[in-house]
Amino acid sequence: MKKHNFGKGLMREWPMHLMMLPAVLLIILFSYIPYAGLAIAFERFNPSKGFFGSPFVGWDNFEYMIKMPGISQVIWNTVYIACMKMVGGLIVPIVFALLLNEVIHTKFKRAVQTLIYLPHFLSWVILGGVLTDILSPSGGLVNSLIGWFGAEPVFFLGNEKLFPYVLAVSDIWKEFGFGTIIYLAAITSINPVLYEAAICDGANRWRQIWHITLPGMTPIIVLMMTLSLGNVLNAGFDQVFNLYSPVVYRTGDILDTLVYRLGLIDAQYGVATAVGLFKSVVSTVFIVISYICAFRFANYRIF
Amino acid sequence: MVRASTGRTVFQLINYLLLAFFAFICVAPLINVLSVSLSESAYAAAGSVKLWPVHFTIESYVFAFKDKLLLSSYGVSIQRVIIGVAINMFLTILVAYPLSKEVREFRFRTLYAWFLFITILFHGGLIPWYVTIRQLNLMDSIWALVLPSAVPVFNCILLLNFFRQLPKELQESAHMDGAGHWTILWRIMVPLSKPALATLVLFACVNHWNSWFDGLILMKRPEHYPLQTYLQTKVISFDASALAGATKEELESLMAVSDRTLKAAQIFLSALPIMCLYPFLQKYFVKGIVMGSVKE
Repeated sequence: MKKHNFGKGLMREWPMHLMMLPAVLLIILFSYIPYAGLAIAFERFNPSKGFFGSPFVGWDNFEYMIKMPGISQVIWNTVYIACMKMVGGLIVPIVFALLLNEVIHTKFKRAVQTLIYLPHFLSWVILGGVLTDILSPSGGLVNSLIGWFGAEPVFFLGNEKLFPYVLAVSDIWKEFGFGTIIYLAAITSINPVLYEAAICDGANRWRQIWHITLPGMTPIIVLMMTLSLGNVLNAGFDQVFNLYSPVVYRTGDILDTLVYRLGLIDAQYGVATAVGLFKSVVSTVFIVISYICAFRFANYRIF
Repeated sequence: MVRASTGRTVFQLINYLLLAFFAFICVAPLINVLSVSLSESAYAAAGSVKLWPVHFTIESYVFAFKDKLLLSSYGVSIQRVIIGVAINMFLTILVAYPLSKEVREFRFRTLYAWFLFITILFHGGLIPWYVTIRQLNLMDSIWALVLPSAVPVFNCILLLNFFRQLPKELQESAHMDGAGHWTILWRIMVPLSKPALATLVLFACVNHWNSWFDGLILMKRPEHYPLQTYLQTKVISFDASALAGATKEELESLMAVSDRTLKAAQIFLSALPIMCLYPFLQKYFVKGIVMGSVKE
């Protein structure tokens, strides 16, 4: 009886299997075969022999990775830069959305919105070029402004101490407009009756924000907070790669750029894959935790 | 009508100024680069260009277009966007439909959903990905730029959630009339999802246009570079061997080389298509991110 049902189900469902087929094949090719390729992390990889033909070396690559000078600094840089971005990227858009919500003139509001998320759509190659130009110590826009106040020009992209902060600030600059839109959407979905009731009860603007707007935003804030948790090792390869130079490697080098240089520049495939695997595993743990939290606290389900 | 208090008025004034200031900060760097690109190079190198061109000239653009690689990379990028977005959208639609079904309608739904979702949870990393593409003999071909990102899983999830919000009755009545899944998808679901699809097309266009790293590592010949990769090699990356023994002063001068106006022109030319697309992006993308982030 069951078997009969199964056959019938297959008859009914085969068009849907067919629809999934091309995507499934492509995902196997470009996502699942690379999983098998993680074997490289345990091999002395020889490209001509393929994923499984190269000599197996056990945990050697990982041992090499741990003993690599500066690896702890790179991990620290990654976490430090990523956390600055996570915190700033959460707070700035919330504050900005609250301020923008106080604006009465719709045209002004829309104009501001239009301008603030423009950088989001530009690639880090373009913005890297833009930042290199405006932050240049000789004639860059920012240094000319600093010059008006009589200060010495600052070499932002060549100063180890400043570099992580330049990364954090420029990333927040690029992305805060995008976040603002999300929070603003949450604010506009709050029932206006609540505000009217609060005004009747004598609540001023601050009280309204504190007791109505912020609680109304809480679900989305919690959601964004938990989902950003998965980025704890994502310090932003595109950005760092397009802004850093050997002078700031000490404070600006992150796991992703290290993997790139080890693997594709120095051709140390085994070690680079090991570093990448380390990053992937830790990231996955955080992403899973973040999704569980998002489900628990914000009742978020991805599909 | 409640009269605004003085405190309120002051707050409003400061608020408006603050917001205007930050909005200005978001575009000022771009305006600066545009102005630099339209100025005479001597003035740009001296740093006297702020937010308006000094001694207006389009010389740097003329010079930028003299490089044949600029035009070829424009061609590659356009080709990539057209092929890539077409594949992206076709697969997104095909995947979103079965996955939007309930388990009782499509018993393997959960299995397939997890199959896709795992690729978001866990990445194989750069090196295995790179080696795979090399083993597949895709290096230096346009397919290396479009096939690995052919299935945008996040977009699939957005669209499947959109499909689920559509009234079930439409599908059911079409089914009664004898329509198969294929007909229901293309004749009912897709026409009803036009705003969502428009958003996803724009997302996909921006993604493909902005990708540069795959071009850098997968294309061997510069003629095959997409525009962003071309820009990366021209404007950002400098010869690392030259830097190895450089002093701080040498570095500074290297980073402020005299072809500043040329670089600015190249930057602006690469950003131009996105700027042209921006009005459309704006219209749809608020809907799009709200669709993705705020759902029942």
